[in-house]
Order: sequence, then structure tokens, then C-alpha cells
Amino acid sequence: MIATNSSFSQGKQSRNDLNEIFQESFALTWRLFIQLIRRPSTLFAGILQPLIWLLLFAALFSKAPVDFLPGSSSYGEFLGAGLIVFTAFSGALNAGLPVMFDREFGFLNRLLVAPLSSRSSIVISSVIYITTISLLQSFAIMATSAFLGYGWPSLGGFFLITITLLLLVFAITGLSLGLAFVLPGHIELIAIIFIANLPVLFASTALAPISFMPEWLGLIASINPLTFAIEPIRMAYHNSVDLKLVLINAPYGEVNGYSCLAILFILTVGLFFLIRPLLNRKLA
Amino acid sequence: MFFIQLKNLYKSYGSIKALNGLNLKVPKGALYGLLGPNGAGKSTALRIICTLLDPDSGDVEVAGHNALIEEKETRRRLGYVAQEVAIDKILTGRELLLLQGDLYHLNKNYKKARIEELIERLEMNEWIDRRCGSFSGGMKRRLDLASGLLHEPELLILDEPTVGLDIESRAVIWGLLKELKNNETTILLSSHYLEEVDELSDEIAIIDKGKVIASGKPDDLKKKLGGDRVTLRVREFSDELEAESVRKLIKNINGVSNVVVNKKQGYSLNFLVQSNDVISNLSECLAKENFDVFALSHSRPSLDDVYLQATGKTLMDAELELAGKRDLKLENKKSMR
Ligand SMILES: Nc1ncnc2c1ncn2[C@@H]1O[C@H](COP(=O)(O)OP(=O)(O)OP(=O)(O)O)[C@@H](O)[C@H]1O
Ligand SMILES: [Mg+2]
Repeated sequence: MIATNSSFSQGKQSRNDLNEIFQESFALTWRLFIQLIRRPSTLFAGILQPLIWLLLFAALFSKAPVDFLPGSSSYGEFLGAGLIVFTAFSGALNAGLPVMFDREFGFLNRLLVAPLSSRSSIVISSVIYITTISLLQSFAIMATSAFLGYGWPSLGGFFLITITLLLLVFAITGLSLGLAFVLPGHIELIAIIFIANLPVLFASTALAPISFMPEWLGLIASINPLTFAIEPIRMAYHNSVDLKLVLINAPYGEVNGYSCLAILFILTVGLFFLIRPLLNRKLA
Repeated sequence: MFFIQLKNLYKSYGSIKALNGLNLKVPKGALYGLLGPNGAGKSTALRIICTLLDPDSGDVEVAGHNALIEEKETRRRLGYVAQEVAIDKILTGRELLLLQGDLYHLNKNYKKARIEELIERLEMNEWIDRRCGSFSGGMKRRLDLASGLLHEPELLILDEPTVGLDIESRAVIWGLLKELKNNETTILLSSHYLEEVDELSDEIAIIDKGKVIASGKPDDLKKKLGGDRVTLRVREFSDELEAESVRKLIKNINGVSNVVVNKKQGYSLNFLVQSNDVISNLSECLAKENFDVFALSHSRPSLDDVYLQATGKTLMDAELELAGKRDLKLENKKSMR
């Protein structure tokens, strides 16, 4: 018997909304992870690139006078925090790619025809997936930089690092997912990812402190979201964790640890509110 | 009772009117065929029923619900097998079915059992655990059909299910559709493939330029053209006398009309019959009166004749006319969500 066609009350379906959202989100996330496991190259590329940088840049500036670097005993140590954040940032920037491919290859239609309990499941699964990958990549960088002798944070520091990375990853994931629904195709999305990546890195405090920069670049760096993530992490590596400490001496004033996190939080929430109407329209 | 009712659907893409006042009523439990040339608007209509696309104006009712408003309710009821199969290349066939099951919130045991059943039925055993990227068109179609049927939908929508498929896949799919037809499943399928629609459908609508130009049971539509054409010879070279007596005999048979004797063709008899039953009746009558049947040829008016009657051109010509005018890549781009 192929189809019985009776009502849906045969107990073949779970009919609790929360269960349904959980079931569909879990299945969609699981799919993304299967893809990752069978095609792990993006995961490794995302770790390898910052690692190479860490090695090269640390070597390049190994004889630079470290006294100028606030609180660091070597350039490698200074650089570590920047690359941890950069890793998470570029990982999250890719969040939109799977969604874009699903749009282009019509797989999204399969999801849209299905009676999903909430179409946020599509977004939720991407966020879970990208967050996991980005954190994994960042932790891999942390482990390597510890191995290279650039230190390891205290437990509290580790906690702060994780929170900071999460906030940044959420914000950037939101942005990338938004782009994935606005842009006409993956070529455009990849172009934006490609173009945004390095300038955002250079215009932050990842490679050099603001005091090294000309005024205009210092201004940009001091409003760059990456900077607000880098500085708390740098602190977590050096000092005991104290969010009241001033972390950025920006042209517009001093920014302490609390403010850094608050800014990242506002950015995340703001971006999600910004892309919500867009997703509602595209996934209506 | 009608399971699907489309009322006055309009849909334009820029200056192209894909649907131009489409009306359609699909009875519950029927296998309903949409026949129309390339670009007639079949896919557009199906995508609207599936809630993938909103019409510019008009009403869509599925199982008594307004499908444009109660979208989720509609989605629960239907399985959709799209014209372009979109399958995740990296997943295996079974993984895709499991994913699909979760998107329809099937419980674990039911899902597993149902997947096994469909693998069996669609003869996918040998390759279901391979990655979809390696599948042929026919394999993908079968997998897609299985995923459309996974939740035992009340309504199955198939957009050109067997166009361009290998013979084996086509046979498997036709077999399953015929089986489903005997259940209560309502099936709506589109095709520009005459035999497919003719062989499978209980009822059809012929669509042209975004409108229904004829609809009904395939046999009725053909009958409206005047029934089947039959040529009968009782002997290779008959004479006038014999032909005349046969004529008198068969013209009184119910369902036979327009009997003429064709002198030039060795006094063969030409006439129209209303259905196949008439022919067996006719053979009995002839046997009773001790007439042999030397040759009996039977040419049915095809759906193509129906299309021809309504539009003044054959399906093939309509296709050729449109081919080359469409930019499929651009259409895909534009219909991206
Ligand atoms: N996304 C789109 N953008 C622009 N025009 C489109 C789009 N989709 C369809 N059309 C046009 O609308 C008309 C109807 O297209 P539709 O795909 O519904 O036809 P069809 O009957 O399914 O044809 P086929 O047999 O090729 O599948 C065609 O003229 C087509 O060119
Ligand atoms: Mg079509």
C-alpha cells in the first residue's frame, strides 16, 4: 500500500510546535554538518590561512621593538588576539554561501514547499552551523598560538573570549545571511566576502595598535567591529579580566571592556532586526 | 467535490502573461493532466498551487482552504515534484529522504518504515545509499517522487514527471502513478508529452497561452471531434452488393455513424465509432451474419487533434514557435527566492 491518505491523526507526526521547530532545525543543521564532513576543505582553509599569517607576521616583526605594543611581550602574542577574531570573522562572513547555493540550485524551494513550523529554522540552522565552525577554527588558532608560546588565557579569560567571539559571529552571520538573500548570485556574494575580508582586518587593531596609525586610519579602526572584539580578547590574554579597564583610546574618547561588549551586542541585535523584514519577505 | 479550484488566475512576468485568466477544477481522487506546449504556463500554475508563487490576481482553493492564505495547511497536504529536480549532491538518497521526513515532522518509526516502503516500490535499493551527485536523471526523479510521497500527501503535484527519462524509470513512475490513482490521492501532473497525459489521466485540461482551451475526460474530448475513425473490409476485394449489405447491417449498431462505402478502396467501409465497445459489438454482429473481417483499422483522434481543433496548430508547431524565444537561465534567476 503506497498511500492511505487519511487524515494526519495517525500518530505519524509530532504535532507540538516546539518539537516541530526542533526537528526541522536539527535536520537542517545535520545536513550542513554532513556537507562539512564530506567536504572539509573549507574548514581547514579557514584555519590554515590565519595560521600562516600568524607564523609569517610574527616572524616578520619578530625584531620590532615590543615596548610600544601595549602589554605584550612579543609581536606574536599581540597578533594572536587579532587573528583569533579574524578567523571567527571570516568564518562567519561565509555564512551566506550555503543559503545562496540553495537559492540558486532550487533546494530552497524544497524547504519552502514543506510545511515548516517556522521558516526561522532555515536561519537557525545556518547560525548554529557557522557558529560552531567559526568557534572551532578560532579555538584551533588559540591552541596553536599557545603551542608557539604566545600564552593561554585564564578560565575567566576563556569565558570572555567565547562570549566576545559569539557576539561577533552572530552579527557577521546575520549580515552575511542578509546579503545571501539580497544579492543575485554566489559570484556577487563571494566578491563581497573577498573584498571585505582584508581591508576590515587591516583597518582594525589586529596587526597594530591605534597609536601606530595615522589619524584617519585610527578613526576607522576605532569604529571597526573587529576592534571591539579584539581588544577584550587581548585583555583576556594579558591582564586579569576586568571589563572596567579602558581598552581602546579612540579619537572620540575612551572605550572600556563593558562598552566593547555592549557595542557588539547592539550591533548583533540591530543587524538581526535589519534583516528580519528581508528574510520575512524572501521566506514568506 | 473538487480538490483544487483555480479561479481567474493571472500572473505576468514583466510583459509576458504567463497565466491569463486560468480556471481549473480538479476532482478529488482524480489523476488530472495539464497538457500544453512549452511556455503555456503549466509550471507557473503548479508553483502557485504549491504556495511557491503568488498570482497577481485570482483565487486558489485546495481541499476547501484558501491556499493563498492558509499556506501551511496547504503545504501539509501536498507533495511537489518540481520540473527541475533540486537535490543535495552531497547527501545520499536515503539521507535526503530522512531530511525530507523531518521537514514534514514525521515521527522516527513511521519515517523509517515509509522510506523502506518507497525504496522498495520505486526500485531504488541498489543505489539509494550512494551520493545524489552521481545519480542519473531518472534516478533523481524517482528519488524526488519518493520524497514527494513520503508524508502520504492527499495531493501530489508533478511537473513533467517523465520528460527525458530512461525507459525503466518511466515505467516505474507510470506504474506507481497508476497505483496511486486507485487510491484516493489526487494527482495533478503537467506534461507536453501526449502519450503520458493520455495514458494516465482521468481528466485533462489543455492549456495554451495561460488559459484553459479545452478540458474533460480525454475520451470525451476526442469524441467531441466525432469519434474514432474505422476502416473495415470484409474481403480483400469486395463487391458493391456485399458492401451494401454490410453497410445496412452496421449502420444500425449503436454508436456507429457516418458509414460510407469507399468504392476506390475495394469497397471498404468507413465510419465513425463512439467508443471501443462499439467495435467488439460490431465484430459480434458480423460473425453472426457470417461475414469475415479481412481488415479493420482503427484510428483514434489523438489529443493532438483536440489541440489542433482548438488552436489551429499542432502541439509540435506550437513548441517550435516558442523555442528559442525563452531565456531559461534568466527565468531561473528571476524565480530565485
Ligand atoms: N521567472 C520567470 N521570469 C520571466 N518569465 C518567466 C518566468 N517563468 C516563466 N516565465 C514565462 O512565463 C511563461 C510560462 O512559463 P511556464 O514555465 O509556466 O511554462 P510551462 O508551460 O511550464 O513550460 P514548459 O513546458 O517549458 O515547462 C513562459 O512564456 C515563460 O517564458
Ligand atoms: Mg514547465
